[in-house]
Amino acid sequence: MKAPSFDYVKPDSLDDVLALLAQHGDDARILAGGQTLLATLNMRLSEPELLIDINAVEALKGIEAKDDHLWIGALVRHSQIEDSPVVAQHAPLLMQAAPHVGHRAIRNQGTFGGSIAFADPAAEWPVCTVALDAVFHLAGSQGVRKVPAAEFFLDLYTTEMASDEMLIGCEIPFSPPDTKYAFQELARRHGDYAIVGVAATAQMRGGAFNNARLVFLGMGNTPIRALDVEQLVEGKAFSDDLVSQAKQALVGVLQPSADLYSSANTKMHLAGVLMGRVLKQLAESA
Amino acid sequence: MAKSVQIVTRINGVEGTYQVDPRLHLVDFLREEVELKTSRVGCEQGVCGACTVRLDGEIIRGCLFLAVQADGREIDTIDGISDQGELRELQQSFHDHNAAQCGYCTPGMLLTAAALLREKPQATREQVREYISGNYCRCTGYHSIVDAVCEVLELHRQPSAKSA
Repeated sequence: MKAPSFDYVKPDSLDDVLALLAQHGDDARILAGGQTLLATLNMRLSEPELLIDINAVEALKGIEAKDDHLWIGALVRHSQIEDSPVVAQHAPLLMQAAPHVGHRAIRNQGTFGGSIAFADPAAEWPVCTVALDAVFHLAGSQGVRKVPAAEFFLDLYTTEMASDEMLIGCEIPFSPPDTKYAFQELARRHGDYAIVGVAATAQMRGGAFNNARLVFLGMGNTPIRALDVEQLVEGKAFSDDLVSQAKQALVGVLQPSADLYSSANTKMHLAGVLMGRVLKQLAESA
Repeated sequence: MAKSVQIVTRINGVEGTYQVDPRLHLVDFLREEVELKTSRVGCEQGVCGACTVRLDGEIIRGCLFLAVQADGREIDTIDGISDQGELRELQQSFHDHNAAQCGYCTPGMLLTAAALLREKPQATREQVREYISGNYCRCTGYHSIVDAVCEVLELHRQPSAKSA
């Protein structure tokens, strides 16, 4: 189908974008990469009166290593993350996850900030940012406020962000040098909407998991952190027995619902399989 | 009715000024306004890859990009890229392997394969399959397409290809 009719503006400053948001409220949508927005417009799932194209706002661009964190601007394309040596050095988890975001033609246009602001429960960046303790910067008429990723995703496509606010970027604190990363995802076709996925980090010390993080996508309305599993594996070395125990613990953490293709039981099984793989990957990369 | 917007864009090397409705996708603009019919309209939701074109040298989905966004940018379709000879080896290989059947997906496949050759010259067969997974082909079953792309990758890896 074709998109409904709308007006289009392309301001070149953040202040102008915020003024337009304040003026038009829910009648306006921000156009960043458009890889979700334009599909929903084409399907007539959304009929905004105005698109605010933010691609001319220079302040939203760029990846930069600062003193103690990595800064990723909201307009950074998925493919820039995939190709960035700075990301590879400071946040390798993002580089592992990037190839799972759509296909290259989509990654060339879709943005990091757009994916986070849209808060799709099957998206990759929300779980990665939760696993990495990222902090989002939200700009609004009152200035900029910082919200940790763990508090940002509230429900299905629902975030802490108010309708007159916009995400301008994200800081990702540097992890200890012995941190290991793993990302696994299952989709029916590579790059398609994920059935289940998991982002994991841990410091491997003396062969044991330390400060492990396991955050699942596609298993609920938001990124879901498996705290019980993290506690279970703390200080233990990888073993098949540990994976079995972790799978049992996972049952209490995840309550997936069935989708068109997979029953809740199937998803639960797949989540356990992927968890086993990331734990093994973390242990073997030490 | 939304206000139309004037854009200046370079398409296959030729700069032009156009008046476009904001809701018009790039692929419809190219087909209907510019009369370039090689980028195809398939799913219109970014799944099938038939509308693949280049924006400033990088492949994008023509159905998930608005014509108004092309203001000040360079768009290349397979018409221009093919004329420059860049795709010659891929086109020959597609021909040799019967990798084009009905031809609907072929422009998108060729542009995606060309991006792969540039970005991942060491790609394995598995990586080729992954890379083109964003492009649907409903005729060939993909084997012949993957064969064709792998052959060109292999050709480029021969030592003699470097001096060519």
